[in-house]
Amino acid sequence: MVAHIGLGFLVFVFLVSVYGIIASIVGLRKQAFAWVESARLAMLLTFPLITVVVASLLILLLTNRYEYSFVYGVTSRSMPLYLKITALWGGQAGSLIFWSWLLAAFTTAVTLRKWDRDREFLPWVILTGLVTLTFFLSLSIFFENPFNRFWGTPTGEVEALFQPAGSIPLIPQDGRGLNPLLRHPGMIIHPPMLYLGFVSFVVPFAFAIAALVTGRTDDRWIRITRRWTLVAWLFLTMGLVLGARWAYDVLGWGGYWGWDPVEIAAFMPWLTGTAFLHSVMIQEKRGMFKRWNMILIIVTYALVIFGTFLTRSGVLSSVHAFAQSAIGPMFFVFIGITFIVSLSLLLYRWADLSDEGVLYSLLSRESLFLLNNLLFMGILIVCFSGVIFPLVSELLTGQKVTVGPPFYERATGPLFAGLLLLMGIAPLSAWGHSTVKTLGKALWKPALVSVLAFPLVIWLGVRNGWAILAFWLVAFTSSVTLYEYGRAVIARAKRTGETLWVSLWRLAQKNRRRYGGYTIHLGIVLMALGVVGIEMFQTETQATLRSGESIQLAGYTVTFRQLDEFNLPDGRNVARATMDVYRGNRYLGELHPRRDYYWDANQPMTIPGTRSTMEDDLYVLLVDWQPISSQGATFKVFHNPLVNWMWFGALVLILGTLIAAWPDRDPEPRRVAVPSTISVPERVF
Amino acid sequence: MRRAHLWIFLGLVILAVFAQVGYAQTPVPTPSDDEVNRIAKQLYCPVCENVPLDVCPTQACNEWRELIRQKLIEGLTEEQIKEYFVLHYGDRVLAEPPRRGLNWVVYILPVVVFLIAVIVTVRVLRSMRKPVSASIVSSSSAEIDEEELKRIEEALKQERE
Repeated sequence: MVAHIGLGFLVFVFLVSVYGIIASIVGLRKQAFAWVESARLAMLLTFPLITVVVASLLILLLTNRYEYSFVYGVTSRSMPLYLKITALWGGQAGSLIFWSWLLAAFTTAVTLRKWDRDREFLPWVILTGLVTLTFFLSLSIFFENPFNRFWGTPTGEVEALFQPAGSIPLIPQDGRGLNPLLRHPGMIIHPPMLYLGFVSFVVPFAFAIAALVTGRTDDRWIRITRRWTLVAWLFLTMGLVLGARWAYDVLGWGGYWGWDPVEIAAFMPWLTGTAFLHSVMIQEKRGMFKRWNMILIIVTYALVIFGTFLTRSGVLSSVHAFAQSAIGPMFFVFIGITFIVSLSLLLYRWADLSDEGVLYSLLSRESLFLLNNLLFMGILIVCFSGVIFPLVSELLTGQKVTVGPPFYERATGPLFAGLLLLMGIAPLSAWGHSTVKTLGKALWKPALVSVLAFPLVIWLGVRNGWAILAFWLVAFTSSVTLYEYGRAVIARAKRTGETLWVSLWRLAQKNRRRYGGYTIHLGIVLMALGVVGIEMFQTETQATLRSGESIQLAGYTVTFRQLDEFNLPDGRNVARATMDVYRGNRYLGELHPRRDYYWDANQPMTIPGTRSTMEDDLYVLLVDWQPISSQGATFKVFHNPLVNWMWFGALVLILGTLIAAWPDRDPEPRRVAVPSTISVPERVF
Repeated sequence: MRRAHLWIFLGLVILAVFAQVGYAQTPVPTPSDDEVNRIAKQLYCPVCENVPLDVCPTQACNEWRELIRQKLIEGLTEEQIKEYFVLHYGDRVLAEPPRRGLNWVVYILPVVVFLIAVIVTVRVLRSMRKPVSASIVSSSSAEIDEEELKRIEEALKQERE
């Protein structure tokens, strides 16, 4: 019954979406407001309708209805309640429904805004949102239906929506259970954040398309979607960071980012999205780079769909899995069509999107922003080639290849360093013109402070030239950012007589975007500190220990005390070691690395025992190298310097984004008009 | 007959003892886990998706790591062991595509595309700059030409809006 309701509503919402598409097209053709309003109502209806579908799927998951193949594939009786809920996005069919649900939530929310000034955008925004939604719903209905059941036929077991002739329903007693990798509290929040980041980029894209079609190519679409884009970016960033944290906590390889194609699939829209966030500012302030902004948002949308395609179609495991999966080719066609249509629209409006402003100096903020975009595109090019190449190679030569961390690190390292440097310089450059002189004047004090980083890190024992350079970049960018902050706060406090804290608060409030942006930069710099620490200074060792024996690494001594093995009611066999940690002679406490074996999935998981400080992490793994026994076990110990700064930096970054995106009553930011006679820019290029 | 047996037995014992001594004379210490890991880190599990061999938890990978240890005992160098794996399991065990044939594409293409992007950016920046710099160069600081005046007026108009 529940499944029937779910299926019924799934079909219903699909029909409503199709109707909405038709209604908005009719409304556009006839210029009839009633039709557009009808389309809007259809759009509004999609969210509650999909909510019913999601609710019925959840009921099936929670009530152990293993006759449904999706429920069977992702849950089992022994799983705790929260995991049964998160199982909704733990498998293909459910995650597609979840995607549609979030998309409907966002498009519905944007439909509810006041449209007075932007009537002409409305039908196009609805159309873009609904076309995307309809595509995902059609995948759910025709290819990956979560309500498929098991049937026993004379020739064997089949999965189908309706009972095949001469078959009997099959009801398995227990499910296969969720993939052990996904049985982690991170599962509650990481995938939803990533999906939210993905779907919310549909909103700025929809407005971009609306602007292109209607010919209202001023920056109105950017102003409307500014906050949406920031929110999308925040979700995507959090999704990526949480994924990194999850990998660090669960995957048991001592790292947080392995340049895996699945990670890169989510990272690519982040790259273009971040570039977009920066370059729209140039359009708002100076009326420049309009075409480029359109290209960026179109590519971001394409990469969002492409990322979903990469992770959902099975193409990454093998090109041939792609051919076998029904949804792979569908995705391919959809990406192709939307991309070509958007680009055609862009070409159609190419002349209307000419720049209003002119460039006065190659050191102006707008040209530095463009340089930032260039670096982001460079990283994107590397990532895209690295993800695509194994597929191309397999397709053309049949030879599978791996494109792993060395490739990406070598290629993107200098680009990331360039971005870090720009992050220090660009905020101090002026719109319009900056000269070497003005920029130098603004920069020299914080730059001088940052030079102190050299003796400091050398004194701390760092000898690697690249690492010294990286630390200097971190010091430079953070001192510039703090200097900018400090100068403004002190100036304000002097002027108004407020205390420094009040000044800081009011300042951030008055220009949220600017100071939110600085805070985000500070967060990124702190994260960079963590990345440099773990990438350049990670050490590891491994040994088989008997009770009482120790491993030494980076000044730490880790002594194996005992191993306990026990079964847990949730279907796990746990082998849990107790280790004593010393630094020098000082006792620091116990660590408990463990190995969880999931009977239902037949799969082991290694969960590290971690001692984490701002200085370094000691990360101990119980390795499944040798048969584990109480007499002895194999341990791997990682020393990860500074890695905690990454998570701390991520928190600062989230705070900064919230500052920047917080609704304010300020009027729209005004264009900066640059009277070009005030100073004659020097030729600096 | 019995004596013959005794001789054979003694011979075997002596052989065994000598073999032991011989073995001890050229000791091949078992490579440590760290030595194995250093190589395994650079290789990928031949059957899993994108899992480095040093951290792969499967039984098969366990055996592959033992194979590395075995090869080290046999005296193979790091490069030879990597070659051995490539020969048996294909290029996918390497962390990067080997630089030959079609694989060059992945090394060259990104660089070429990025250079094109750089050139396009520079050209765009230059083209956006030309009219201004020309006018700036032509106008002295004391007098303002018409084009300049028009731009200031526009700017002021925008400001008023």
